[in-house]
Amino acid sequence: MSPVLAGVLQLLALIVALGLSYRPLGDHMARVYSSDRHLRVEKWIYKGIGANPSVEMRWPAYLRGVLAFSAVGVLFLYLLQRVQGALPGSLGFVSIDPDQAFNTAASFVANTNWQSYYGEQAMGHVVQTGGLAVQNFVSAALGIAVAVALVRGFARSRTGELGNFWADLVRGVVRILLPISVVGALVLVACGAIQNFAGIHEVGQFLNEHSMGGSQQWNGGAVASQEVIKELGTNGGGYFNANSAHPFENPDPLSNLFEIYLILLIPFALTRTFGRMVGSLRQGYAILGTMAAIWLVFTGLMLWTEFAGRGPAFELAGGAMEGKETRFGIGASAIFSVATTLTSTGAVNSFHSSYTGFGGGITMLGMQLGEIAPGGVGSGLYGMLIMAIIAVFIAGLMVGRTPEYLGKKIGTRQIKFAACYILVTPALVLGFTAVAMALDTPSHSMTNSGAHGFSEILYAYTSGANNNGSAFAGLNADTQWFNTTLGIAMLLGRFLPMVFVLALAGSLAEQTPVPETAGTLRTEKPLFTGLLVGTILIVAGLTYFPALALGPLAEGLAA
Amino acid sequence: MNNSAANTGRVLWAGLRALLALTVVCGVLYPLAVTGIAQAAFPWRANGSEIEDASGKTVGSALIGQTYLNDGKPDPRWFQPRPSNGLGSNSVNSQYRLIVSGATNRSGDNADLIQSVEAAKAAVIRDNSVDGHTVKPSDVPADAVTSSGSGLDPHISPAYAKLQAHRVAARNHLPVTEVDRLIAAHTDDRTLGFVGEPRVNVLRLNIALRDVVEGRG
Repeated sequence: MSPVLAGVLQLLALIVALGLSYRPLGDHMARVYSSDRHLRVEKWIYKGIGANPSVEMRWPAYLRGVLAFSAVGVLFLYLLQRVQGALPGSLGFVSIDPDQAFNTAASFVANTNWQSYYGEQAMGHVVQTGGLAVQNFVSAALGIAVAVALVRGFARSRTGELGNFWADLVRGVVRILLPISVVGALVLVACGAIQNFAGIHEVGQFLNEHSMGGSQQWNGGAVASQEVIKELGTNGGGYFNANSAHPFENPDPLSNLFEIYLILLIPFALTRTFGRMVGSLRQGYAILGTMAAIWLVFTGLMLWTEFAGRGPAFELAGGAMEGKETRFGIGASAIFSVATTLTSTGAVNSFHSSYTGFGGGITMLGMQLGEIAPGGVGSGLYGMLIMAIIAVFIAGLMVGRTPEYLGKKIGTRQIKFAACYILVTPALVLGFTAVAMALDTPSHSMTNSGAHGFSEILYAYTSGANNNGSAFAGLNADTQWFNTTLGIAMLLGRFLPMVFVLALAGSLAEQTPVPETAGTLRTEKPLFTGLLVGTILIVAGLTYFPALALGPLAEGLAA
Repeated sequence: MNNSAANTGRVLWAGLRALLALTVVCGVLYPLAVTGIAQAAFPWRANGSEIEDASGKTVGSALIGQTYLNDGKPDPRWFQPRPSNGLGSNSVNSQYRLIVSGATNRSGDNADLIQSVEAAKAAVIRDNSVDGHTVKPSDVPADAVTSSGSGLDPHISPAYAKLQAHRVAARNHLPVTEVDRLIAAHTDDRTLGFVGEPRVNVLRLNIALRDVVEGRG
């Protein structure tokens, strides 16, 4: 069997697996967020919080919960890293410096998981397991909660009430993320991922005459339990520096396919949840179709360019295997790289900086679309619904009638929120990239020069502001400049859009639905899916084309 | 104003309590439960898939690559892994010692990468050409001259293993057919026939080779 055919078959197997879980998981999540009942463990947690989970919140109250919980999360994680040197179970690692601790705390709370540290030589058991992995759960649950609040905005009328933030947060963790994680972690261990609390220890080597003394030093860790939520919650922060390329995180081809499945599982299934909750499964399928179409085209393009392997070094080597693992090969690496950049995951099983020029451009463009195909858990759905509102608005302009979506009028107020949403990340990405290029010192961090050097910095801010977290890791990002500016970009890129989403949700929930007429745009039809894909590509293309032309396009065309 | 400050304080307090409660669930109970089950059900894998040679000595992990050097140079008696130029670039650790994972992150048009591929290719051809068997440049597979993503890749492609067979056979005074047999026995095919790529675990292959050389195979 040729590697290309094997790659295509792995993609098909992935589609089948996602298809099988789409209905049960989507329906389960719709029930979770519509139920009145509370599990016993949830009641204990509500008692701990001191919150009544049955109280409905309007959007400002919901937003206050989101921001307060996240602010406390940043502070807690920052302090945990700052005192690491004094904590037990830290493997002898020292406390993290202030700028890097801020960057890491912002990164994990913002569901980005950009990492300017080397996991295996910086973070001990307590910070990894009790700090970073916890944010992997709660930042993911928080993203889903905000998406569900927006869906309720469409589904409800004449109320303004969006649900209870604490209940949505806790249910997401307890009823969705934890059960899948327990099973998934054991699957990964069965494949060979490690799960222990051993310290740094010596392991013998094959040859005694090795100049270093015939042994290797390893550190253990609760790796599998962190790996599974890192993919499932579209977080992406690796236990080890090499992330999912490290054999202890991603030991064999089967674990690799399983991890790609986990990345895409919830984002796709949430479109079913959306359809259920707004009372029209077909509206959910239209969103699913849009996401799936973009994902498939991107994956196809990536397989093509990586198997073609253009670039002087790759042509000399006989294939683009630099930065890729033998057990995955080019096919499974390409599929992973698209899944991770079209969601907000940012985990990598191969190193994007060593992809072909066009391949690197595809990973970047995937993030620049706003990570909506299928996007991060929750953030993918609300990002896509914002684009749907823009698409409906454009269609309304073309035919000259007030646009509406799911029975809700898209008026001045709604379109203002949507416009603000789509302006936030481009402003952060392009603004920070421009400043970094104009200043003297940031460019000292580049590994490669020329077009690829520019791409390293553009990629960094694209990844940070879009909450992806993957990197053209040649960039030395552990400097005060990058730690600080990327930390700010990640926080603003995560929480400013949430402000607009929740404000929009509130304004939609207050409306009285308009009855469907012959002139209503049928948003469940393929025509609308096409319009939506076009809108997404035009918005991202107009925004980022000049910057992409200077980086990956220049590199790809020169190869 | 006072009222809103009190409100902010109250919601922050609730946020802190929520974080602590969820930290207990996700950061303590969950990892401990998973570790407990994993240690009971898959103890060997959960602890790093360490393997022993015939004498019972631990010689590494089936999942982590290592070097096979003699005086700092590749030892021609043993199968060699892929290059790992992404490791050892920081001052804290040395290559393959406290294992730090990492890639080179060099792009396809990077002059250093072009140079290292050229050098690696020349070395592979030189080292593996023995009397009566010359390696052609087109025989060298891509994985033999590129660094992996983790830098700890435990595998090489079957093509790279076969390319080394003549050298390994000559250095160990074994017939090439015997070495080819070992390679075939240690080649993992794609899982289920289509997942991943065919590969050879270098450590397992070298252990089997040493057994044969020392008369245990």
